[in-house]
Amino acid sequence: MIELKHVHKSFNGHEVLKDMNLTINTGESMVIIGRSGCGKSVSLKHIIGLMRPDSGSVIIDGTDITGLNSRELNRIRMNFGMLFQGAALFDSLNVLENVGFRLFEYTNMSLEEIKRRVAECLEKVGLRGVERLKPAELSGGMKKRVGLARAISMSPQIILFDEPTTGVDPIMGDIINELIRYLHNTLKVTSITVTHDMKSAYKIADRIAMLYDKRIIEIGTPDEIKNSENPIVKQFVSGSAIGPITRDTVE
Amino acid sequence: MKLELIITFVKGMFIYAGNRIVRFFTYIGGLVILLVKTVFWVFIPPLRKWQILEQMSRIGVASFPIIFLISLFTGVVLALQSAYQMQKVAAEMYIASLVALSLTRELGPVLTALIVAGRCGAAITAELGTMTVTEQVEALETLSANPVHYLVVPRFIALLVMVPLLTIFADFFGMVGGYLIGVGKLNITHAMYMKMTFEPLALKDVTTGLIKSISFAVIICVISCFEGINSEGGAEGVGRATTSSVVRSFILIIVADCFFTALFYFILR
Repeated sequence: MIELKHVHKSFNGHEVLKDMNLTINTGESMVIIGRSGCGKSVSLKHIIGLMRPDSGSVIIDGTDITGLNSRELNRIRMNFGMLFQGAALFDSLNVLENVGFRLFEYTNMSLEEIKRRVAECLEKVGLRGVERLKPAELSGGMKKRVGLARAISMSPQIILFDEPTTGVDPIMGDIINELIRYLHNTLKVTSITVTHDMKSAYKIADRIAMLYDKRIIEIGTPDEIKNSENPIVKQFVSGSAIGPITRDTVE
Repeated sequence: MKLELIITFVKGMFIYAGNRIVRFFTYIGGLVILLVKTVFWVFIPPLRKWQILEQMSRIGVASFPIIFLISLFTGVVLALQSAYQMQKVAAEMYIASLVALSLTRELGPVLTALIVAGRCGAAITAELGTMTVTEQVEALETLSANPVHYLVVPRFIALLVMVPLLTIFADFFGMVGGYLIGVGKLNITHAMYMKMTFEPLALKDVTTGLIKSISFAVIICVISCFEGINSEGGAEGVGRATTSSVVRSFILIIVADCFFTALFYFILR
């Protein structure tokens, strides 16, 4: 179980999260929605310990990670996989070395075993025979899938997705959505996705949480969110330019 | 009314100066922390041999031609310029000593460090900066790898080995340049030139030069890595970081050179 309790975070005096609370159950697929720049990625980075809250706690399976030193944090991170918005593949390494990064670093597997494992992970995301390519030679959708393969290389229990469908065409977006759902079901992981793409959110989520004005304002199943009475959620879900969200921003 | 204006102006000036001072010390603090972390991680296995070798080749082997060229010409110019004065008093043979001493003590280390800072420091900042703005550094952390251990340590070791080595090359080829002019043009005999080169040259001259070059290597590594890892704001930010990396390395190298020269002057006299 992942819990964010009373998390506050500000950058240079600009408050991004204020008393944010969120609980994510083991094995569920949680999607956090919200406008660009509202702090979705920031909350994701808190969960994996890339950022520390100014106050409040982030609890992963009973361990508060906010006070951990880097070695303990790295041990916890072994259970994590993360897909970044731009895939964040290492330019200097080829696909094999990227996907097998953790295997090369932290296991005693032989090169042959690593190659087999990498091919297996690539197969899961629908790629074959790309091991020798450098990230610069891949298309946007392929990069995301390689990033996904890297995230699952060590069979993590928690996978974080930062805007998985941003920057790819709608068809590739849907393929990635299917893939996320498929991996969630087959690997039995807890997945947390941050997105502003509602189509993607409905497809991936068991539950959806809406982040607005520095905190979570509503949590529910996709159907509940779709039929929410909250005018803010309503406006966001329908993608309308007129409503309480834009009125607040203009003021 | 006028007094108020003056007060606001003075207040603004103080706030501005205060901000600058705080920023300056934050920067220096950041450099020191990065240096301490780097030294700590140098001793933590595994040592990434291939990465270190690759960096050594990029920094050392690839810089060799330009170091060779610049130091050779510096030796030639030194010999020619001093010939003007020396010929007046018929003391051409001292040109050899002058070239040897000024190269080993001063020009070899400083020229090498400036070339490496411009050539490799900038490249390091650009590479790490791009990695930072494309979230690759954060990706490293999520894969349980420490960015300092993975990125900074190999460059640190490579610079620490290669900069002094390049300095020795620069010293040598500078002397070769001086020799070409001295023996070829100024009619100093080979034996005399050799004698006048090596007689005044003490081990101390070479070692103080090498101590300088080691400190320059540390400066180049810490500044270029710090600027790279802390760059933000996309391509423009990386460009800015690269510029300030080179400028700040140059300044700090010259300051450190001045400091060490003064230090050696007073303690090793």
